[in-house]
Amino acid sequence: MKLITAIIKPFKMDDVREALSEIGVAGVTATEVKGFGRQKGHTELYRGAEYVVDFLPKVKLEIAVSDDVVDKAVETIVKAANTGKIGDGKIFVTNLEQVIRIRTGETGEDAI
Amino acid sequence: MKTKNNYKYIAFVLLLIPGLVSAAELNQANTAWILTSTALVLFMTIPGLSLFYAGLVRSKNVLSVLMQCFAITCMVSILWLAGAYSLIFSDGGNMQKYLGGMSKAFLPDISTTSLTGDIPETVYFMFQMTFAIITPALIVGAFAERMRFSAMLWFSGLWLCLVYVPICHWVWGSGWLASLGVMDFAGGIVIHINAGVAALVSALVIGKRKGFPTTAMPPHNMTMVVTGAGMLWVGWFGFNAGSTLTSDGRAGMAMLVTHIGASAGALTWMFIEWKRFGKPSVLGIVTGMVAGLGTITPASGFVGPVGALVIGVTAGIVCFYATQVIKRKLIIDDSLDVFPVHGIGGITGSLLTGVFAEASLGGIGLADGVTIGHQVGVQALAIIVTIAWSVTFTYLILKGLDSCIGLRVTSDEEVQGLDQVLHEETGYLDI
Repeated sequence: MKLITAIIKPFKMDDVREALSEIGVAGVTATEVKGFGRQKGHTELYRGAEYVVDFLPKVKLEIAVSDDVVDKAVETIVKAANTGKIGDGKIFVTNLEQVIRIRTGETGEDAI
Repeated sequence: MKTKNNYKYIAFVLLLIPGLVSAAELNQANTAWILTSTALVLFMTIPGLSLFYAGLVRSKNVLSVLMQCFAITCMVSILWLAGAYSLIFSDGGNMQKYLGGMSKAFLPDISTTSLTGDIPETVYFMFQMTFAIITPALIVGAFAERMRFSAMLWFSGLWLCLVYVPICHWVWGSGWLASLGVMDFAGGIVIHINAGVAALVSALVIGKRKGFPTTAMPPHNMTMVVTGAGMLWVGWFGFNAGSTLTSDGRAGMAMLVTHIGASAGALTWMFIEWKRFGKPSVLGIVTGMVAGLGTITPASGFVGPVGALVIGVTAGIVCFYATQVIKRKLIIDDSLDVFPVHGIGGITGSLLTGVFAEASLGGIGLADGVTIGHQVGVQALAIIVTIAWSVTFTYLILKGLDSCIGLRVTSDEEVQGLDQVLHEETGYLDI
């Protein structure tokens, strides 16, 4: 099992969610986060006072999947979240030791 | 005499026609409009100005600003009853040129039939009170995010008594500036210059916010700022068009020029920013609107629509550059730009009133035999006197309070935010 962590542009969240639903991924956790990468920040002006905003708003999606779905899911996210412009985000894939469904106590891939 | 007797006779006849006139000299149309205006002007402070200011500060201080405006509203109302109203508007006997008397403190003789002019005195008292409320509330923007609440209360109360009361009496209570013929229709001098100058002094005495100007301190909620600004604009119709104390064409003209002044100021500020910084900003357009309104205020009962257009455009230009100078050149932390917008706007408008009140420039005309030069001279004198008085007493009050109870929260408390430290509350709850 793998945990896919995708940092994407906020306005791409709906596209990604729909695309994932189409390939049968059943659960996603979304968090509003802030960060910066190569895109860096931008400046804002208030009555002539300039502020540099380093951290930009992004959405972090966390998706637990079984090994056979990982590649398909990653490919789907990349396709849906891509705008071709700097700041599209990143995807991290990590090993997942265990998954437990709280209601039934099921474990492993049955709980995904 | 004859005219008056005739008038009474007509009034008596009218009284016989049911529903036409209810009391001998009460004007119901005027009363209805001033009742409405009173509500509009109070609405400017709570919640108009409160929201405007609250959106401009950081989220950790949002409640402190709302609280300051609210508490000032309550406190000034009580002080108004306790003697402020009386010291401005009742007869001061030998001292009348400088201060009124105390005969109306706690309104001992007032009843539902007492009149001031042709409106109930209760209504007059309330209408004038709403102006006294917003003036110290404007100053809050200068020392926002760092002043102790108790010091703010003391300051606002003392400032009302020592600065607002005398200046308001001189200009509007038949005091010595009024006898010189100063023209301040709805408060360019009494309110905007007075509060603007006090704001600048406050910012200098209390000092910069921790981290200013290197740390980013952007407005935490721009939608709140725009909401408050819109309420200010609407409320300002009561402020200016109510100041005729009549429900007639002059009030209509005051409303018209107020609106034109606001629109012109807003667009001017927007275009300057657009040209200079590349983008028209939301904060820019609403700030220009406030500048336009503050600047048209002293002129609003005296000038015509074209005069208002010139005054509004001038407000946008002058107040924009004043803001840049205060913030970026002089590095003074007048946190919400009260002085450059209200102080400079008030000065500009009060001077231009002397010009555009002239009949040939579309105004209602200067007094007989008075030239533009003379009137501008009188305006300038009143402005200088107000600045000198406001600077002196604002400084003395603040220095006195600083040595007695301290003006500022500690550096750690400032970092934590006034909402938690002073009020043990937060504006926005996380999980």
